[in-house]
Amino acid sequence: MSADKPEVVVRAEGLVKKFKDFKAVDGLDLTIERGMIYGFLGPNGCGKTTAMRMLTGLLTPTEGKVEVLGLSVPKNAETLKYKIGYMTQTFSLYGDLTVQENLRFMATIYGLSGKKRKQRIGEVMERYELTDLKGRFAGKMSGGQRQRLALAAAVLHEPQLLFLDEPTSAVDPESRRHFWEQLFDLVEGGTSIVVTTHFMDEAERCHRIAIMEAGKKRADGSPKDLMAAMGANVVEIEGANLRDIRRKLLGTDGIVAAAQLGARLRVLVKDDIADPEGFLKAKQETGGASLIEKVRPTLEDVFVTATGEGRQ
Amino acid sequence: MRSLSRIAAIFFKELAQLRRDRMTFGMVIMIPLIQLILFGYAINTNIRDIPIAVVNQDRTAISRILIQMVEATRVVEVIERYDTIEEAEAAIKSARVRAAFILPDDLAQRIVRSPATGFETPPSSDEETSRPVAQWIVDGSDTMIAGAIKGLRNMPLSEMFRQAPNRSTPTFEVALLFNPEQRTAVNIVPGLVGIILTMTMIMFTSAAIVRERERGNMEMLINTPVRSMELMIGKIIPYIFIGLLQTAIILGLGYFLFNVPLGLRPFDLLVGTLLFIGASLSLGLVLSTIAQTQLQATQMTVFLLVPSILLSGFMFPYEGMPLAAQYIAEVLPATHFMRMVRGFVLRDAGLLDLYRDVLWMCGFFVLGLAVAAFRFKKRLD
Repeated sequence: MSADKPEVVVRAEGLVKKFKDFKAVDGLDLTIERGMIYGFLGPNGCGKTTAMRMLTGLLTPTEGKVEVLGLSVPKNAETLKYKIGYMTQTFSLYGDLTVQENLRFMATIYGLSGKKRKQRIGEVMERYELTDLKGRFAGKMSGGQRQRLALAAAVLHEPQLLFLDEPTSAVDPESRRHFWEQLFDLVEGGTSIVVTTHFMDEAERCHRIAIMEAGKKRADGSPKDLMAAMGANVVEIEGANLRDIRRKLLGTDGIVAAAQLGARLRVLVKDDIADPEGFLKAKQETGGASLIEKVRPTLEDVFVTATGEGRQ
Repeated sequence: MRSLSRIAAIFFKELAQLRRDRMTFGMVIMIPLIQLILFGYAINTNIRDIPIAVVNQDRTAISRILIQMVEATRVVEVIERYDTIEEAEAAIKSARVRAAFILPDDLAQRIVRSPATGFETPPSSDEETSRPVAQWIVDGSDTMIAGAIKGLRNMPLSEMFRQAPNRSTPTFEVALLFNPEQRTAVNIVPGLVGIILTMTMIMFTSAAIVRERERGNMEMLINTPVRSMELMIGKIIPYIFIGLLQTAIILGLGYFLFNVPLGLRPFDLLVGTLLFIGASLSLGLVLSTIAQTQLQATQMTVFLLVPSILLSGFMFPYEGMPLAAQYIAEVLPATHFMRMVRGFVLRDAGLLDLYRDVLWMCGFFVLGLAVAAFRFKKRLD
C-alpha cells in the first residue's frame, strides 16, 4: 500500500486550459501534500473550478501534466475516481430521492455492496447527523442539511483525496463553521482535501492556499506565511472624511491599496517604508484623521496585494 | 459484478423517480388507454353518412324514390334541400355539405332510357338518349370522400321497378384474407402499438440523460466510476417494462373492445415488441446525448414521431408512397414494427417470415446503444 500512497497527492506542471480564445487556466504549477487542506482562493471566474476539474479528469488540459495519487490524469481518470471524492458547487444528488436512497445509490455506484455498504451508510448518516432525516427527500431539506448529505455521499467510499468546489456558498455561517470542523475530522482520519472558495475566513482555515487571479497563481503558501511575506504593512485610519482621504491617498507613492472597512480606512503601505504609521501621519492627505495605527494583516490584505497586478 | 450492481442501482433509482412522478406514471397508463379507445372508434376508412344537399328540379314521385334509394346506401345523408345549383355550390364551398345531388327536370325520361334500370333497352348511340340520370357535384379535395361517392356511380336502378337486381358476373373474384369484414380497427389497433411505443419510448429516454444534466446531477455522476454503457443500460431497463405494459394494454383492450385477434404467436410477438422497444429506446438515448435541454429533446421526439405516424404505414399504405419516402420510412423503426406486429397478430406470420425486419431492428438497437454510449462523454469539454 505504501507504494501507492505517495506523500505528494497532487502534482501539476504548466497546466493550461483554453476555451476557444479564452485562457481559463494559464500555466498553473501545483504540489499538494498528503494530509492537508489545500485551498484555491479567488474571485468568480478566476479559473479555480476549471483547475479543480482538470485535476479530477473532468476537463482535459490544453497543455501540461497532472498526476493525482500517482495516477496520470486524464489517462487514468476512471481508476482515480474510486480513490477520490467530489462535491459539486451546486447540490447534485437527487432531490426526488430520500437521504437513504441517495446514499445507497452512491454507495453502489462506488462498488460497495452487502454488509459493507450498509455499515458505511450507517456510519456516515451517524457522523453527519442524517439518521433522523433518512426518509426525507433531499429536495425538501435545508441548505445545511443538503450540504451534509453531499459530504456524506462524497466520503462513502473512503476516498484518500476529497475535492470540494465552493462547498459552503449556499449555507449559513453556523453550518459553515460546523462543516469545517467535519473537514478537520476527515483530515485527522488521513484524508487530503482540495477546496475552492471565495471566502477569506474559509481560506484562512486551510493549511495552504493558492491565490488565483485570471487563470494564474499569484501566491502559494500557508496563510500565515503569506501574511508575513505580503510585502506591505497594514495601517488603519479613523476619522472624518475617510472617503476623501482614500481618494487622495490612492496613487501616491508607497501606498499599495486603501479600502474602507466600516468606520476605518485600511491602508496597505509598502514594507520598504520602515515606519508606516509615521509615514502616513506625515502625509498631508491624512489631515482629518483622528487615529492612525498599525494592525495585524489579514488574508484579505494578502489577497489585495497579491492580485494587484491584474487590477486598475 | 460491480457493473451489474451499478446497472441495478441506476435501474432502481430510475424506478423510484418514476414512481414519484405521478403525472408521468399516469401518462404511461392513460396514453395507450385513451388513444386506443379514441382511435379504435374514431378512425374508420369505411365512410358513411356523408352530409349532402339535394337539388331536386324534378319534384315527382320518381325523384323522391331515387333520393330514398341513394340514402338507403348509408353512404350519404341528405341534410339540405335547395332549389338552385348555385345554392348547393355555395353550401359545398362553406363546407355545410360535402356533395350535392342534382336531379334534372327530365329525370323520368332519363331513367327510362338508362341501362341501370335493367330493362332490355337497346344501347343508344344517340347523345340525347343515353345520358346519366342525375349528377353529383362533389368536394373532391378529400380523396376518401370523393372515392365513396364515386362508388355510387354505377348504382343499379332496377329496384325502382320491383325487378330483381341484375345478377352481374364480376370480372374477377377477390378473396379477402385476415380481415374479411374489412373492419378498420383490425388494422389500426396493432399499428397503434407502434405509434404509442414510438412516442413514449423515445420521449422518455430522450429526456433521460438531459434531465440529469438540467437538474445538475450530471456533474456528480461523471465524477463517479460509473461507465457510459452501465448508465445507458440502467436507464433503459425500466422503460422496457413500461413498453411491455403499454403493449399489453393496447392489444388486450383491442381484443376485448374491438375484437382484434391477438394472434397465435405470443413468443414472436413478445420478441418483436422487445426489439422495437429496444430500438426506440436506443434512438431516444442518442437524441438525449444530442439535446441540451428537455425542451430540445421533446422537439426532436416530435420530429421523429410525425413521420413515424404518417410514413410507417400506420395510416397510409407504404406501397402508395413514392420511392424516396419509402427509403425514409425504411429508416424508422416504426415502419418495421408495423409490418411485424400486423404480421404476428393478423397474418400468423413468425419472426422467420419477417427476418429482414427482425435483423434491421437488432442492428438498429445495437448501433443506437453504441452510438449513445460513445457520444456520452464523462468529460465536460
